[in-house]
Amino acid sequence: MDLYRLKIHELQEMLQRGEVSSREVTESVFRRIDDVEGKVGAFITLMEDEGLECAELADRRIEEGKQDGLTGIPLAIKDNMCMKGKRTTCGSKILESYKPPYDGTVIKSLGGHLSVPVGKTNMDEFAMGSSTETSYFGITRNPWDLGRIAGGSSGGSASAVAADECIGALGSDTGGSIRQPAAYCGVVGLKPTYGRVSRFGLVAFASSLDQIGPLTKDVRDCAILLTAISGHDRLDSTSVDIAVEDYVNSLDGDIGGLRIGIPKEYFTGGIDPDVEKSVWDAVKGLEKLGAAYKEVSLSHSEYALAAYYIIAPAEASSNLARYDGVKYGYRASRPEGLIDMYAKTRSEGFGREVKRRIMLGTYALSAGYYDAYYKKASQVRTLIARDFDEAFKECDLLLTPTVPAPAFKIGEKTGDPLQMYLTDIFTVPANLVGVPGISVPCGFSKDGLPIGLQLLGRHFDEATILRAAYAFEQHTDYHLRRPSLDAGRGK
Amino acid sequence: MKISKEEVEKVAVLARLALTEGETETFSSEMSSILDYFDKLKEVDTEKVEPTSHASAGRNVMRHDEVRPSLSKEECLMNAPDADKGCLRVPKIIG
Repeated sequence: MDLYRLKIHELQEMLQRGEVSSREVTESVFRRIDDVEGKVGAFITLMEDEGLECAELADRRIEEGKQDGLTGIPLAIKDNMCMKGKRTTCGSKILESYKPPYDGTVIKSLGGHLSVPVGKTNMDEFAMGSSTETSYFGITRNPWDLGRIAGGSSGGSASAVAADECIGALGSDTGGSIRQPAAYCGVVGLKPTYGRVSRFGLVAFASSLDQIGPLTKDVRDCAILLTAISGHDRLDSTSVDIAVEDYVNSLDGDIGGLRIGIPKEYFTGGIDPDVEKSVWDAVKGLEKLGAAYKEVSLSHSEYALAAYYIIAPAEASSNLARYDGVKYGYRASRPEGLIDMYAKTRSEGFGREVKRRIMLGTYALSAGYYDAYYKKASQVRTLIARDFDEAFKECDLLLTPTVPAPAFKIGEKTGDPLQMYLTDIFTVPANLVGVPGISVPCGFSKDGLPIGLQLLGRHFDEATILRAAYAFEQHTDYHLRRPSLDAGRGK
Repeated sequence: MKISKEEVEKVAVLARLALTEGETETFSSEMSSILDYFDKLKEVDTEKVEPTSHASAGRNVMRHDEVRPSLSKEECLMNAPDADKGCLRVPKIIG
């Protein structure tokens, strides 16, 4: 049996019954990486020695009968989460050799479970991108078609899950960076409610929007991983002290009476016909399972992307001011004085997209433009939030495509930043409003590329979107298909 | 809105970036088209709308000001590009 193909919940049972050891599972995952990583490019740093060491500790804990849900399960981590003493690059030259002196809170949580670290996954530099093409460490490819992008910015985590190079993974989502690559790679990805998961130890991109969340092979695994990382943390004052449910309990398959809202503004054109058909088939499927759907209006939807691309770069320009070549990270050689050292360090250390966003953010916050851009965008954000509040009075969740079209070709959008930004059009509103969102596989295009369905829930109501996603998944087989990883098109 | 090369250079100084001639030119045209897209927001009536800076109901978190264990000086300096005698070293500031 190919152990690397299994899911978290399958391995949990096998480990508990003593049918396999964590060491066997971990070895199987690393042999799989040996076979396919050269094609996919999902990782920046692999951690085989640490992983095997941890697997042995996990096996001992399992023998003692003291395991938790994730004990001995090999997981991949996006390379913007700090792991003590392990290189954490954020996909950037400026952090190429940075080794954090502490563990982020999610890493501590996983360590407490004795889950097995597989490695740190590739990402767009500082999570700024929608294709994992802006990483200093190279491009991650889509396992379904190696000529196409994996999505971004958590493209490494999504493709590692899709290519079975790990059992599950963590990503982060600022404007769709978990859900969008999950859709492109045919896996499940969830962005939790803002404040549900601690951001302590997550390298900051846009602090009012960033959230860490799971990327997994199915919805049950997603619920398991979310339960493990959720909760209040006194080291992150924006994390919220609301009791964590065991999200696995919400997966009962019963969605009778559930009210689904379809935001009409999301279906006004520009959606790929294959995507539109798959999404409507999903609506009909959910209706058969007892849910009711109605059209709702999110009237400010068309302004969300512009608001997002002002707010996120504004916050980023401030957050990234810390990379000055003084405390940690890259420093340019032979500067002429301190100011020159800052400018040279940042110009040599940051890539093109990061510089572009710092420039946009600095411009939007600068004297004379603040009101027209940053303040205006923040006011529009209020209106978008009100739309969601109104919609959630009439329905329990919202259903949309995750992205307007399947994965595009490598290099197709790198020359036109605005076209790249437009791929985030359906995912950014959830970040602006702070509500949770999940992407689940809901079909394949004529070219054999995965299509994702997005479900958005009320604040802290991850249980409802997980329940609906699970019910849908139980009646479809899209999540069971696997890419062939042939050099050409994988069907 | 057209962003001139001079304006790009001004913003680059504020952002502490040293752009090459080519970058200045590219950013001037790219930022212009992105800012044109942002102009969409002008259609929205935001008078009397409070801005939102955070998705969660912001509440200040207080704690007692007490001494707690923290990173050691060595750990704080271990990633520094240039450190000496327990200090970060930077180029000369005062001539």
